[in-house]
Amino acid sequence: MRLRGSNKWRFLGSQILVFVWSASAAFADAAPPFSPTNIFAPASTPAKAIFGLSLFVLAVTGVIFLVVFSLLLYSVVKFRKRKSDDGREPPQVYGSNQVELAWTIIPILIVVALFMATARVIASVQKAARPDNAIEVVAIGHQFWWEYRYPALGVVTANELHVPVSNDDHPAPTFIKLLSADTDHSFWVPRLAGKTDLIPNHPNSMWIDPHEPGIYLGQCAQYCGTQHAKMLLRVYVQQRAEFDGWIQQQRQPATVSNAVSQGQRIFETTACINCHTVAGTVANGHFGPDLTHLMSRDTIAAGAAMNTPENLQQWITNPDAIKPGSLMPAMQLSDQDLNALTAYLETLR
Amino acid sequence: MNAISTTLRPAELEWELPERGRVAMFALIAAEAAIFSIFVVAYLFYIGKSLSGPLPAEVLSPPFLYTICLLSSSLTIHFAAKRIRSANVRSFGAWWLLTIILGAIFLYGTASEWHRLIYEDGLTITTNLFGTTYYSLVGLHGFHVIVGLLGLTTVMVFTLFGTVKQEHAERIDVLSLYWHFVDAVWIVVFTVVYIIGR
Amino acid sequence: MSTESIAWPSTPVESRSFVDRLHEWIATVDHKRLGILYMIYALVFLMIAGIEATVIRIQLIRPHNDFVSPQVFNRLFTMHGTTMIFFVIMPFLFGFANYLMPLMIGARDMAFPRLNAFSFWMTAFGGLLLYFSVVGANGLYGAGNAPDVGWFAYAPLTSRTFSIGHSTDFWTLALLVSGVGSIGTAVNIIATVLCLRCPGMTLAKMPLFAWLNLVMAGLVILCVSPLTAAQMMLVIDRYLGGHFFDTQAGGSAVIWMHFFWVFGHPEVYVLVLPAFAFASEIIPVFSRKPIFGYPVMVGATVAIGFISMSVWAHHMFTVGMSSAANNFFVISTMAIAVPTGIKIFNWLATMWGGKIEFKTPMLFCIAFLFQFLVAGLTGIMQGAAPFDWHLGNSYFVVAHFHYVIVGGILFCFFGAFYYWFPKMSGKMYSETLGKLHFWLFLIGFHLTFDFMHIPGLLGMPRRIYTYEPGRGWDTWNLIVTIGVFFQAAGILVFLGNLIWSYFRGKVAGNDPWDAWTLEWSTNSPPPVYNFASIPEVKSRRPLWDLKHPDDPDWEYE
Ligand code: HEA
Ligand code: HEA
Ligand code: HEC
Ligand code: CUA
Ligand SMILES: [Cu+2]
Repeated sequence: MRLRGSNKWRFLGSQILVFVWSASAAFADAAPPFSPTNIFAPASTPAKAIFGLSLFVLAVTGVIFLVVFSLLLYSVVKFRKRKSDDGREPPQVYGSNQVELAWTIIPILIVVALFMATARVIASVQKAARPDNAIEVVAIGHQFWWEYRYPALGVVTANELHVPVSNDDHPAPTFIKLLSADTDHSFWVPRLAGKTDLIPNHPNSMWIDPHEPGIYLGQCAQYCGTQHAKMLLRVYVQQRAEFDGWIQQQRQPATVSNAVSQGQRIFETTACINCHTVAGTVANGHFGPDLTHLMSRDTIAAGAAMNTPENLQQWITNPDAIKPGSLMPAMQLSDQDLNALTAYLETLR
Repeated sequence: MNAISTTLRPAELEWELPERGRVAMFALIAAEAAIFSIFVVAYLFYIGKSLSGPLPAEVLSPPFLYTICLLSSSLTIHFAAKRIRSANVRSFGAWWLLTIILGAIFLYGTASEWHRLIYEDGLTITTNLFGTTYYSLVGLHGFHVIVGLLGLTTVMVFTLFGTVKQEHAERIDVLSLYWHFVDAVWIVVFTVVYIIGR
Repeated sequence: MSTESIAWPSTPVESRSFVDRLHEWIATVDHKRLGILYMIYALVFLMIAGIEATVIRIQLIRPHNDFVSPQVFNRLFTMHGTTMIFFVIMPFLFGFANYLMPLMIGARDMAFPRLNAFSFWMTAFGGLLLYFSVVGANGLYGAGNAPDVGWFAYAPLTSRTFSIGHSTDFWTLALLVSGVGSIGTAVNIIATVLCLRCPGMTLAKMPLFAWLNLVMAGLVILCVSPLTAAQMMLVIDRYLGGHFFDTQAGGSAVIWMHFFWVFGHPEVYVLVLPAFAFASEIIPVFSRKPIFGYPVMVGATVAIGFISMSVWAHHMFTVGMSSAANNFFVISTMAIAVPTGIKIFNWLATMWGGKIEFKTPMLFCIAFLFQFLVAGLTGIMQGAAPFDWHLGNSYFVVAHFHYVIVGGILFCFFGAFYYWFPKMSGKMYSETLGKLHFWLFLIGFHLTFDFMHIPGLLGMPRRIYTYEPGRGWDTWNLIVTIGVFFQAAGILVFLGNLIWSYFRGKVAGNDPWDAWTLEWSTNSPPPVYNFASIPEVKSRRPLWDLKHPDDPDWEYE
């Protein structure tokens, strides 16, 4: 019994150690402990600024907590009514101005300190200068998926944002303009920056400068309707050369191949083109994601499923199976047509 | 504090508290003022944000005459309340009636303005943001005038039947507080809609 | 001062038929009966909204669960939040204010008994309207059911484009109607406190309960009215084709947020002030000491009232405000820690040097102190705007506000139920069941809401009906869900205790706690007229004076 108890404590202790270790390891941009979306594992300047502030705030509130908690505990234990009580009322104390003054002034000082630390970080994030070589991205929130435009680079894509690595030698921050096509959304990739909302008629902006390549996850953080839960975010941070290559590839019009002309015909004669664009073809709908380079994406439907042929087929026949409530209707297609259509989509690299 | 508690006076003599009707009316007015301020803020916020016409400058002109009517009704109700305090019921009735008439004229003014806006200028609540905010704000005020008039008319009917006496002066005062409030709000609405908003 | 009173009407209860008695309750204008109606109403809705929470938690117990569909989930949290705020905590606090205020200030009823009844039925009607949406919102298009826009219903989700059918209409009308009821009650409370105090009870001698409820009522007047105005605009948009929040016609989504939070933030202090009021009555009695620093407590309350009206946009740190606006709302938000801290410290000082008796009401209040401390500090973390860019709309916020509302307010309400139950029913509750309730609920509370902070810090947003595995959220959500069942067990014990004690409890007597405020001087339950003769007071603790004629309070205050 005894042993088990102490084991448990040891386990808890080790858990705490892990937590502390991970918090410090976060400084070193190690793989995110616990979670790919841990806010204590920042990998970009704004997130780091927030991380610094949060440690300070946690420390201050932690100390307040310890002090007040101990006082409360002490008084509850010390001044409990004892068995040996004589039944008389304790001394009646009505108040004391000195004490009141003390516990008014000390909190005021703490609040001032907290405020100043906060104001500095607000300024450092919100007023950051924008270098000329910054990448400019427009992110448009749609009910349950993300549209990304790189106006200066002439690229339109969806759901998977690609940005270059930025470091002290080659700073290349990405500035994101946030718009909404319908309801409110919020862009939140915890390791890169705090969240900022996308609100119709109310353009916002934010910036990130990820220091390490990798895939950073997040998801929509403002309730936007039925499928708010599966409006996931993926940010691909790439080395500069890789990023430039990706841009090059995205600027190409869609590949057209005779082998799949059957599928293309189906695509262009069903409702698909009302909602989807495939650059270089007649499809230029804007209600759904741009499919020009569909196959260059790892996932479909804003991260709800991996981009595999089976998933694609299921998505087209019954989006609700993957993402109930998404705004893409189920397309009624014969198996043959479906196969041809998918074969066509498979060529959209 | 010491002084009060150690020497407690006989309660019957000096224990005086505010009158509940008056306190409640002030509380109600505070609530109404909060409602109006939200509508006023919305109006101010949306000035110049309409995506299509007609715009305020094209269709609105300040209704000075009706405004004077409404504002002077604050005076007449004040006189009426004074008369009832001094038990002069007939003169009270006269001033009271005048108040009602002035209020009704104001309402007529609003109605005719709306008629013109709707049928001649084609501005309805759905037309644009100006229409939405204008009809809501002015309509909310108009609604309060109507409620006030209903209250005033009820008192008038009782006066005609001779049931209103000097002892009701306090209640009359409370009702007139409401009417003053409705007038005061109009000054704000007028400034916002017809002066700032154009 | 007299402690005898006229007895309850002589007709024995049994001789009246059920219909008669029902009619008496429905047509009543008596503040005590209305108070009890409010409380029963709130308890019923607590069950309903609690069951909704339970379903939410079951759905979230593991990733990719499909216990309910996303549509149902969205309705659940909307109904849960709306019900809990407007039809559980608000009626609770109005119920207690109604029942206790006249008794505490030595009055025979509220200032406007009929307005009181009207307000109650408006609130009641509001709740019924909200739930009628479940069957009534299908409307012409067969779309919609219970509202699913979230409890703060951000535009443009509420516009007709995104919310077809009538579910949102039911939501907005329910809040409009109950808002009218709330304003009516607030007017009544203010008039009662200011105009009906018994002789000798100056403002400086009122129980703190009266002060806190006075400030609460003032806040209701100033904050529910903006909500009512905003709901009117929404109705104009939805029914008359207005464009207030219609982003397609140039309307603004952000202005709705401002309007809502201008209401929403003071509202949370409306909810918490009555909880403070209970703590301020219960803690002194069970520590056997007067409240420490009464004038400062009053000052802090008023300060909270004022400051709370200038902090609303701390709910909007992520909507992209200018850095100046962010700074302003950071400092005003944090400023509120000062008066709130003063309150905590004064309660602490009240216990200090006392003889604390751990009766059930006191247990709940002590737990409240610890938990409110934590909840306040997480509030401060969110108040640091950049930190909130992470925390906002994550489960950390959900944990924060349940910590305040459940750990603070609900605990105080339970304490108040136990404390005043003997007065209201004339019977003593079962201390054993009370303690069982306390411990079950305490364990459940901490399992649920302590561990809920962690997925928030690990990036889990709120209002998601399911989540991806591999994000490190699974274990925490499992623990959180387990906690709910302890809470439910606790609440069931509570209900059992109330019912059992009502029929089987020992007779309580007029003053079971040896307390000091006026309500304990009259019968339990109090007669219709409360006091046979209107009492007269000389100090804040009239019954102390009575019990200690050799050492009365008014010599010191
Ligand atoms: C009913 C209760 C209630 C109460 C009392 C509070 C109290 C506080 N709340 Fe909370 N809050 C809510 C209910 C409540 N809140 C709800 C319902 C929401 C979410 C709504 C939604 O989105 O659905 C919310 C959300 C919320 C947010 C928005 C988060 C977001 O959505 O992004 C913020 C941000 O600042 C915040 C802050 C605070 C602060 C600073 C306090 C302060 O009042 C706390 C003050 C207390 C203390 C600080 C502890 C005691 C003090 C001391 C011991 C003195 C020393 C301390 C210092 C000097 C720091 N709250
Ligand atoms: C007064 C306020 C209040 C209270 C008391 C509670 C109590 C609880 N809340 Fe609530 N909650 C809110 C106000 C409140 N909540 C608000 C405002 C929101 C935001 C909504 C939104 O986002 O729009 C929210 C959202 C919210 C969420 C987030 C949903 C989401 O974002 O997806 C969750 C998730 O865990 C949750 C859980 C709980 C739990 C487990 C309790 C528990 O404490 C409940 C305990 C009670 C019970 C378990 C009932 C017990 C009784 C029985 C079971 C008896 C059996 C029945 C009979 C005999 C008939 N709440
Ligand atoms: C009514 C509009 C509409 C029609 C018609 C439509 N789609 Fe879609 N489509 C959408 C929307 C909206 C999404 C995004 C859904 C989401 O992620 O929530 C989508 C997503 C997709 C995706 C995933 C894209 C990605 O990158 O995530 C594919 C592939 C797709 N549609 C293919 C098709 C095909 C093939 C057809 C025709 C057979 C079709 N769509 C018809 C609206 C439509
Ligand atoms: Cu988009 Cu939530
Ligand atoms: Cu708040």
